[in-house]
Amino acid sequence: MNLTIKVSAIAVTAALTLAGGMAHAQNVKVAFIEGLSGPFGGVGQNQLNHYQYAAEQFSGKNANSGVTVQIVPMDSKGSPQEALALFKKATDDGIRFITQGNGSSVAGVLIDAVNKFNERNPGKEVVFLNYAAIDPDYTNSKCSPWHFRFDAGVDMKLEALTNYMKDNKAIKNVYVLGQNYSFGQQVSKFTASMLAEKRPDIKIVGNELHPLGQVKDFAPYIAKMVAAGADTVVTGNWGPDLALLIKAAKDAGYKGNFYTFYAGVIGTPAAIGEAGTDRVFQVGYWHPNAEKNALDATYTGFKYRFKEEFYTVATVNAVKFLVAAVEKAKSADGLPVARALAGMKGKGGSGEDIEMRASDGAMQQALYIMQWTRAGVPGVKYAQEGTGHGFKTVRYLEPKLASMPTTCQMKRP
Amino acid sequence: MSSILKALHFKPLDGVRIVVWSAFALILLLMPLAAQSSFALTLLCLTGIAAIACMSYNMLLGQAGMLSFGHAVYTGLGTFVAIHAMNKIVGGWWVPMWLIPLVGGFAGLAFGALLGYVTTRKAGTPFSMITLGVGELVFAAALMFPEFFGGEAGINSNRTGGSGWLKDMGLTFGPQIQVYYLIAIYLFICTAAMYAFTQTPLGRIANAVRDNAERAEFVGYDTRWVRYLIVMASSFFAGIAGGLTAINVEAATADLLHGVRSGGYLLFTFLGGVGFFFGPIIGSILLVFALVVLSEFTKAWQLYVGIIFLIMVVFAPGGFSALIMLNLRRVKYGEWRKMRWPYVGMFFFGLIALWGFAALVEMAYQIQVAAGSGTALTVARIPLDAASTSSWLIAVAVLIAGGVAFEVSRRKFQRVWNEGEEHIAEAIKKAEAAIV
Amino acid sequence: MEFFTISLLNGVSYGLLLFMLSAGLTLIFSMMGVLNFAHASFYMLGAYLAFQVSEWTNFWVAFVIAPVLVAILGGLFERVVLRKTHKFGHVAELLVTFGLSFVILELVQLIWGRTPVDYKVPTVLEGSLFKLYSSSFPVYRAFMMLVAFAMLGSLFLVLKKTRIGLVIQAALTHPETTEALGHNVPQVFALVFAGGCALAALAGVIGGNAFITEPGMAQAVGAIIFVVVVVGGMGSLAGALIASILIGVAQTFAVGLDWSFIGGLQTLGVTVTPETFGYPVWKLKISQVAPILPYLLLVVMLVVRPKGIMGTRDE
Repeated sequence: MNLTIKVSAIAVTAALTLAGGMAHAQNVKVAFIEGLSGPFGGVGQNQLNHYQYAAEQFSGKNANSGVTVQIVPMDSKGSPQEALALFKKATDDGIRFITQGNGSSVAGVLIDAVNKFNERNPGKEVVFLNYAAIDPDYTNSKCSPWHFRFDAGVDMKLEALTNYMKDNKAIKNVYVLGQNYSFGQQVSKFTASMLAEKRPDIKIVGNELHPLGQVKDFAPYIAKMVAAGADTVVTGNWGPDLALLIKAAKDAGYKGNFYTFYAGVIGTPAAIGEAGTDRVFQVGYWHPNAEKNALDATYTGFKYRFKEEFYTVATVNAVKFLVAAVEKAKSADGLPVARALAGMKGKGGSGEDIEMRASDGAMQQALYIMQWTRAGVPGVKYAQEGTGHGFKTVRYLEPKLASMPTTCQMKRP
Repeated sequence: MSSILKALHFKPLDGVRIVVWSAFALILLLMPLAAQSSFALTLLCLTGIAAIACMSYNMLLGQAGMLSFGHAVYTGLGTFVAIHAMNKIVGGWWVPMWLIPLVGGFAGLAFGALLGYVTTRKAGTPFSMITLGVGELVFAAALMFPEFFGGEAGINSNRTGGSGWLKDMGLTFGPQIQVYYLIAIYLFICTAAMYAFTQTPLGRIANAVRDNAERAEFVGYDTRWVRYLIVMASSFFAGIAGGLTAINVEAATADLLHGVRSGGYLLFTFLGGVGFFFGPIIGSILLVFALVVLSEFTKAWQLYVGIIFLIMVVFAPGGFSALIMLNLRRVKYGEWRKMRWPYVGMFFFGLIALWGFAALVEMAYQIQVAAGSGTALTVARIPLDAASTSSWLIAVAVLIAGGVAFEVSRRKFQRVWNEGEEHIAEAIKKAEAAIV
Repeated sequence: MEFFTISLLNGVSYGLLLFMLSAGLTLIFSMMGVLNFAHASFYMLGAYLAFQVSEWTNFWVAFVIAPVLVAILGGLFERVVLRKTHKFGHVAELLVTFGLSFVILELVQLIWGRTPVDYKVPTVLEGSLFKLYSSSFPVYRAFMMLVAFAMLGSLFLVLKKTRIGLVIQAALTHPETTEALGHNVPQVFALVFAGGCALAALAGVIGGNAFITEPGMAQAVGAIIFVVVVVGGMGSLAGALIASILIGVAQTFAVGLDWSFIGGLQTLGVTVTPETFGYPVWKLKISQVAPILPYLLLVVMLVVRPKGIMGTRDE
């Protein structure tokens, strides 16, 4: 391409942009601030793949307006301090949207940083798309007009789970086990209070917290559950702490069921495998074997390309909502997009009506109770991570059954 | 205790000393001019804090020969106490915000006194193992007490709070540049204080305990008491670094206490060099470079850092500062000019071999980590395809050819270097003879 | 009774695994004075290699091959790298193994990925050995105990009864004399290092499938085996055995205890409310701190008896 053509090409592009408003072929950069190396690097990279695939499938030439979402990966190594430095880098580069999800510690620091930055830099507002940090505080006491959470909060997930447990008469003795940090403590607190309200006859026979990632051998915990006569275990454990627990249960011949939140996270299905058959349940907003699955092509396409499971529908919703908000606001600036996102409606992973609630920035969506079982039987089309096992819907809870009131008192700008 | 930790003796002239300290102050003063963006300024702030932390670490490792795996405990606890103090200031305490790092320092000192009492019961290798265990204990406890540590989300604060006449004059610490100068001032004072500490009797006894604990004991010193005092002093400065972190980040989270961070202090202090006082400063620059900059370039950064560390321990246990000083010594004795071409040859072939190695590593990572986004990649702007055999063959060939050429030139370099060493040794001998 | 028996078995079997892990570390430390920081990395390497070999062949081949492979790698590392740092002293040796742990972790992730691999217990060893009321004791745990005892026995025989064992012991205390007698002391050291790594790998082979084989597994046990060695007394195999079983059993039983300071204080007539100073500490139950008990034990041991259970020197 010689110089004259280049110059005229730029002129034409500029003229088109001016003539057609901002919506034409708009390129929206989203800084993906996540640990991509270190102990949780595998999960971070997997989520990045999700985002890049979602951006490819649901923006650019696949969006009516041509609004393109471009994901800019930044490796925070899971550390809030480095995430903050990267946030500065993103704002230096003129990026107006950041996204993060693994780890409430980083999310909390980022929400705080975004609030401060927007206050000190009017006109350059940054919007935080949270796709997985589910601490309910962020949509209640610490809520922010710049923060939008596409996952369901701990409180919403437990509301759905206890609504299901309420109707299951086989459940009599519940044991709550969690990692001793904010998430585990919230699970323990909400489970006890919600069950007491909905099914006072259920006995909480144990409510146990253990240090995060410190337990090598879960056999003693299983022995305790057996001794307490628990038929059901609710656990917020994730990663090795979850897989080790399930394996220990199988070894000890423990027959109770496990209600979990993170059995589907990359690597965990492979680690649980056979040991979790029929006894592991998960509460989540989507799974590939859902009856009304609206993302079948996305699931298979992703799996074919990356040889990994697709499960974080929040990334797809975040991309879709961002594109729609940019279209609606006819701008890719933080403030108008934040205004457009508040109260925005759309379709979820099961084709249900979802809404980004304006009052607290929490996505209102359907939730599933699903069971880990052998693939091949009706309702279990796809197996996960080559284990020959997959999730089966046990109960579908429409958005209003998983909704929680909020105490958020913010004023939207 | 061991020869790697013995300081290579280099006595700057008295005039030189003044020049060095003034230059240090001047660099700190003018650095922000070079920082064009707020990101660059953030990096400078991180480096400044890391420099204090690494120097405080070197009080243990370099000065007293104590290899700790739990230094982040003191920086981290300093941050937590400082952040609580900041929230008190926001809530109406009279303490000015710029004293917060000292609050962190005293917190570090207190925890150093508490935990150091246990860890210093042993010296040498057992000391290292105990610091690791105590570090795990503190980290696990941090998650167990959300009342103090804020759980996983940590504790936030606001550095613009508080009052005082400085604040009325516009020193709110809102803008990052004000934070930078606060860090720079603390860095300068801490550096001076830690340097002065090396000259005190206690600092000297620490060296004696490091070099030969038994003899120090015979002379009449209680080596455990010396270790204990050093741990406390080191924790104090570590706590100051933690307090600065509190102001810089305005948040404290449990990962600040994690063993990975302690390992980082050890790794980069060593890379900077433990034998010289300024070594850890180089280490802190390397730390921020590796963690924030290098990790943007390559997913395999930890592998590279690990391998560089291994090579340095085996071949240059004095770290980068020792390499610099050895070359400066050459310059002083007029031996450096002979080294130019051997250096050029060695670096040239070394870079070629490095390219071959990096190409192999990057292609492997591309396949293992990012295969979904294609197999094409570039290493130093040269396009490669991780799926094609020819790319792999090229990388292997370059690695072998470069490696062989590097080894040949390294041997030549070694010869010239050793000759130079002999010349210098002779020159020193002559000079000594002349004095006598 | 049911709970007691099962807990005792769980505790002893877990303790024996800890012993297998720390035996190699103790061995290397007592013979060479080197604290091998990468010891847990060799444990991880053993698990991964066992997974790979058992994918190609079967578990029993892996059971033999994986420790041998790791021994070769460990011996190579000793010859090529570690030996060079010997002249710089023990701190440099510790640092070099510290660096190695980084490199091994990265290489493992590079070869096997960053998520857990599906390393399974062989079908012969699946299922429960016996049932006690409603709890069952798995066959594999019994197998783990068996291997640990076999290892302990053969270690004892090799060190005390064979020629090479005697040479090793001689090289430890009198290296020059041993050298003068015509024994190759550096080679003995390489052998010891390789042997220590093989023991770690053996623990990996049987621990990797009992628990999970993933890149974080080395870091998860790294600190605890150091605790075992310090509590047991630096360099004492018998001490390591006692400390391992003590930690295993204490940890297992602690999980079952729901006592807290609040309860204790209440029996003394002191009431504790959430407003009481230090409430977060008082409300902690023993079961909640069980997993970090080893570190507390470490602290207590250092205050009470710094040389450890079987230690001889009070440094």
